[in-house]
Amino acid sequence: MVNLTIDIKKEQEKAREIIKAQGRRILVCASTGCLANGALDLIQRFKDLGADADILTKEDKMSVIPTGCIGFCEQGCLVVIPDRKLTYVHVKKEDVDEIYESLKNNTVVERLLYVDPALNKKIVNNEEMNFYAKQTRTAMKNCGLINPESLDEAIAAGAYSALAKVLEINDPEYVIKEIEDSGLRGRGGGGFATGRKWRSVHRNRGGKSYVICNGDEGDPGAFMDRSVMEDDPNKLLEGMAIAAFAVGADEGYIYVRAEYPLAIKRLKMAIQAAEARNLLGKNIMGSDFSFEIHIKEGAGAFVCGESSALIASIEGERGMPRPKNIHMAEKGLFKRPTLLNNVETFANVPLIILNGSKWFASMGTEGSKGTKTFALTGEVNNTGLVEVPMDTTLRQIIFDIGGGIRGGKKFKAVQLGGPSGGCLTEEHLDMPMDYDQLTKAGAMVGSGGLVVMNEDTCIVEVARFFMNFTQHESCGKCTPCREGTKQMLAILERIVKGQGKMEDLDMLEELGTVIKQGSLCGLGKSAPNPVLSTLKYFRDEYIAHIKDKKCPAGVCKAMKHFEIREDLCKGCTKCARNCPVNAISGSLKEPHKIDQSKCIKCGACIDNCPFKAIITK
Amino acid sequence: MSVECKGINTKQLDEIIQSHGGEKSHLIAMLQKVQEYYKYLPEEAMIYIGSHVEGLSPATVFGVATFYAQFSLEPKGRYEIKVCDGTACHVRGSMPVLEAVKKKINLTDGKMTTENGMFSLETVSCLGACSLAPAIVINEKIYPKMTPDAVTVIIDTLMKENN
Repeated sequence: MVNLTIDIKKEQEKAREIIKAQGRRILVCASTGCLANGALDLIQRFKDLGADADILTKEDKMSVIPTGCIGFCEQGCLVVIPDRKLTYVHVKKEDVDEIYESLKNNTVVERLLYVDPALNKKIVNNEEMNFYAKQTRTAMKNCGLINPESLDEAIAAGAYSALAKVLEINDPEYVIKEIEDSGLRGRGGGGFATGRKWRSVHRNRGGKSYVICNGDEGDPGAFMDRSVMEDDPNKLLEGMAIAAFAVGADEGYIYVRAEYPLAIKRLKMAIQAAEARNLLGKNIMGSDFSFEIHIKEGAGAFVCGESSALIASIEGERGMPRPKNIHMAEKGLFKRPTLLNNVETFANVPLIILNGSKWFASMGTEGSKGTKTFALTGEVNNTGLVEVPMDTTLRQIIFDIGGGIRGGKKFKAVQLGGPSGGCLTEEHLDMPMDYDQLTKAGAMVGSGGLVVMNEDTCIVEVARFFMNFTQHESCGKCTPCREGTKQMLAILERIVKGQGKMEDLDMLEELGTVIKQGSLCGLGKSAPNPVLSTLKYFRDEYIAHIKDKKCPAGVCKAMKHFEIREDLCKGCTKCARNCPVNAISGSLKEPHKIDQSKCIKCGACIDNCPFKAIITK
Repeated sequence: MSVECKGINTKQLDEIIQSHGGEKSHLIAMLQKVQEYYKYLPEEAMIYIGSHVEGLSPATVFGVATFYAQFSLEPKGRYEIKVCDGTACHVRGSMPVLEAVKKKINLTDGKMTTENGMFSLETVSCLGACSLAPAIVINEKIYPKMTPDAVTVIIDTLMKENN
């Protein structure tokens, strides 16, 4: 046992005293989503009314705390009062005075309560909210409950006590064993056993080695890593420090996408604050262990999420993958042994150390332990971040937590794991979110993006969309990926234009197989997945586009024909004003006409017509 | 004293190089700083960095600059409009929003910046604001749940502010 100069328990008590002095806490979500909805105005108004933690003089003291994302972004701005278990949704600046008064009088502002769409009732107690009640928050436990810019709040919530435990025990083997026994697998997409990775880097210790955190969350439709970096940055830093201790590294990098400026800002603040308190930096807490963390901003290249491309990018080069015949555990960053894990993987580490590997392994399935955060988006009622044990089924996520499909439409498919993943259908709804079972079905956990689609989504168009994305992001190193994705995209573009041939389907499958086999990195290996999985489960829809020249979902523009019904058109000119290409003409109060040669079939006229006079054929 | 050479402030570039210790592994960060200053990467600035940092050449710098989507070799507008076309935004209708922006700022195909230098337009793959879909960003401010009408109003306001 090593005696540390910092007693983390005492620090925790001190921090808790500071928080206690704040009185009743009014939490206002100040993450990207709610900020866009005006959260800063809300916070300022609360402060003006007297709920300012810096100036606490009144008897009935309350403090407004800007927090990270609570995950329920669809309902922003969100205001949560933990001691009264109240959540107010869609809060506007004008509502703040009323909320403040009601808190003084211990009453409830009924009109701002969340209405459960399934039960059609107002929820007075947070614990009855399905969105939260059916989740198990561990990696994201503090997100939305603490002020991410305050180190005291993080410490009060338990930050750095796992690191203190590790430094006291002072045995890397103990840490690696705990991670191995927990069954934690990489949360970034590959699902590689984390403990095994740590052990192989540990084996090469002795000289300089590095720990890298992959925060280049490039999958469109995934934002859980952003949430951890923005909302609980200290959890990530602590996880990295524990990893560095285990593998014998003294320097670390966090590679963050440039599209996440708030995450970069908060990580920098957190690193500075933790170094000032000796929780990071030289001789942490008085031990022999030193660990310094740098932030590297990405510059917009999806392929940099791939480990060897990411390393090339940190070294200042074009982010192109390198052959993996030499393992990164031996020669990674600057040719030194390197451990690379994703944000969510590191965020799981402190709790495994504190609660023990058995606790973690008690959740999930045989091969997939613990919890995983999914970004639930698309045509579902409650979009947001959802953390659940890995034995949770798709149905539970989409229908219980997500509240079902928007507008009472029918569920059609769910796209899993971003452009590398695949589409699953109704028949898979009762499948658990287990790495191996999902891979078998042709999808993957990937980074955890879940995009829900309803009957109005055209699967072929979605496949084209993903192929367009991967084609654009292919770095060009491997010919099958560079040229093959181009050809697949060309075929898909033909099909959605109504010019496809039946042979195209075989060609797509053949090209897909070649690209998967002949590419160096994960981008190429998985690029054909969205096409291959939809060909498997939605072949009929491809055939309808080719043989019948019809898009069953009515999405594909080339197969649509817009017309204005003269009997319904009142000549209000709204469609003509909203047409982006000026294809609609007609005089006021006279039926309008669409010039088919100009029409780009965008549908803006349909959305804007108050008389439902525009039809598609 | 600042030296202007072909419109390039070499003193500024020297400062950027020095603040990164002249390390070639910091090339991306240096280019980000240059772009922050000029709003794009002028060719002369890339040549300057390529010939003043050990281990780099103008060709390497150009190679890196053209690889990453964030770097622009053309001047960007005073207002940088980014329309998100990530999966969630695409499914919820980002394309009509993009068309509406193009129409409003009068941008013909192939161009990314308006002639008066006021607006530039690009699509990005994901802003991580999927629950606000479809979302756009103008100079780092996120506008949630866009429609063709709403985005036109926003651009109108920006145009009026500058008149």
